Amino acid sequence: MDFENVLILIQKELRDAFRNRWFLLYAIAFTALSLALAWFSVSGAGSFGVAGFGRTTAGLINLILLIVPLMGLTLGAMSVAGEREKGTLVYLLAQPISSAELLLGKFVGLSLALTAALVIGFGLTGILIAFMGSGGDFMVYLTLLVLSILLAVASLSMGFLISAAVKKAATAVGLALFLWLILVYFGDLGLMGTSMVMQIDVQQLLALALINPLQVFKLAAVLDLRDNLEVLGPAGIYAFRAYGQTLWPLLIGLLFSWVLVPFALATQAFKKRGVL
Amino acid sequence: MAADTRDDPITLVIEVRHLTKHFGRFTAVDDLSFTVKAGEAVALWGANGAGKTTAVRCLLNLFPFEGEIVINGMDVRRQSKEVRRQIGFVPQELSFHDDMTVAETLIFYARLKKVPDGFDFEPLLEQVHLTPHVKKRIGELSGGLKQRLALAVALLSDPPILVLDEPTASLDIRSREEFLFLLRSLKKSGKTMIFSSHHLEEVTALADRVLLLEGGRLVVDSPPDQLERRLGWETTLHLYLPEEGIEPALQTLEGLGMPVSRNGRGIRVHAAPGNKGKVLRVLQESGINVEDFSVE
Repeated sequence: MDFENVLILIQKELRDAFRNRWFLLYAIAFTALSLALAWFSVSGAGSFGVAGFGRTTAGLINLILLIVPLMGLTLGAMSVAGEREKGTLVYLLAQPISSAELLLGKFVGLSLALTAALVIGFGLTGILIAFMGSGGDFMVYLTLLVLSILLAVASLSMGFLISAAVKKAATAVGLALFLWLILVYFGDLGLMGTSMVMQIDVQQLLALALINPLQVFKLAAVLDLRDNLEVLGPAGIYAFRAYGQTLWPLLIGLLFSWVLVPFALATQAFKKRGVL
Repeated sequence: MAADTRDDPITLVIEVRHLTKHFGRFTAVDDLSFTVKAGEAVALWGANGAGKTTAVRCLLNLFPFEGEIVINGMDVRRQSKEVRRQIGFVPQELSFHDDMTVAETLIFYARLKKVPDGFDFEPLLEQVHLTPHVKKRIGELSGGLKQRLALAVALLSDPPILVLDEPTASLDIRSREEFLFLLRSLKKSGKTMIFSSHHLEEVTALADRVLLLEGGRLVVDSPPDQLERRLGWETTLHLYLPEEGIEPALQTLEGLGMPVSRNGRGIRVHAAPGNKGKVLRVLQESGINVEDFSVE
């Protein structure tokens, strides 16, 4: 593996991302909604006595659950299939670089672009909260940023897997949007409905939640905010009792798995599909 | 048709042995074997779908294939990066990133090709006549300019081998002539070339050897000047003669058994491969002045 090649590709991917209108649209939408959320949270803080960072963090979780996976999945889906469709993938791989270097460069470059978008969104929101003189736990806010980055990169990894396996960018984006719908649906409404219809016990409910990276993020974010999961009902209480102190590393480990496993599968899918 | 494998292995730059590539049930390249010597220009010639592009892409190990390809003594599957360092590639579809400028594109590929820092791009840009366009974005370039940029990228690290896939397919006649002139000068400088084309004039203008592909198989391996003879093609010559020369010319050529007929201001002769010169020579020796001629 030639890391100089990876670095060159990372730089190019970052540059491309900041010229990609979809990426800019997502980044602006996320920042604008975060700022709006913070404004309303902090404006109401005086009358309700809720700390700015904590209140905003709670509101941000739902926003992140919707927008961040959408960003990661669609950008990942467009990446490889888009270049394959344009023919640039054939030309790039005719140069003295390996497919592993190409995929790693693209993945890390897009991950950094997503991280930059989230840091800007969180940063501006944090400045607004501080400017409005509202207090709260800054570390909780910072931890939520790190969790959001993990969720974004995990979503990117899933999008990347789709992109490596299909020929057309439109197909890849369609599949990514479908996956996003499934992940969001099985977050709340789907899980509630399933548990009622299937009459599944709390243990199975938790297992269902833990296979969905969005739910893993939600559990970790709420744990970050509250130090327990009572707000999530019986499944949350069960998770906290069953895993105790190991729950936090388990959730972080699961998010990392959602980054690494789809990326590893994407490299295999790319080997099988090739440049065409 | 198998290539002559008795050549001195040191002079062989490209060795392709039993190359076969299937896409599902479709066989794009079927048991193709040939060699290319150092400094030689070899054309892969054939109709669309003959397997030319697939064979070219196999040389770069862009997808899995059966058989063996050795370039400068290196197996393209095992040492694909090293092999690609030896090759400048000009693709059929010009696939640059439209939002990058010519300068940015050259710098990006120069870094991937490990061109040393401080490399002077000016002589290269002059060579391919791109200097006035260096600040333009790729999206603003014509097909001809993109093709020259692809050639500039291919020449960045001064590779000994050029692989060109239908290099003039997207060019108009004038741009094609200019581009062929560039390629001829590169050939003179000692580059080994393998290129695919379906234009006969391009093949005859540039190639030392022509490999005719049909349905993925090698049908003919021949120098371009013997191609017509090998394929058994017949050429029609239109000779423009003074009125008083037409009848003697008809009699002279008929006497040699050549199919000949009167045609407006002159005569029409069907010449067997390699016989075009003979027609002109016979008429000259008979004192018949040929004012002009065209070949069909």
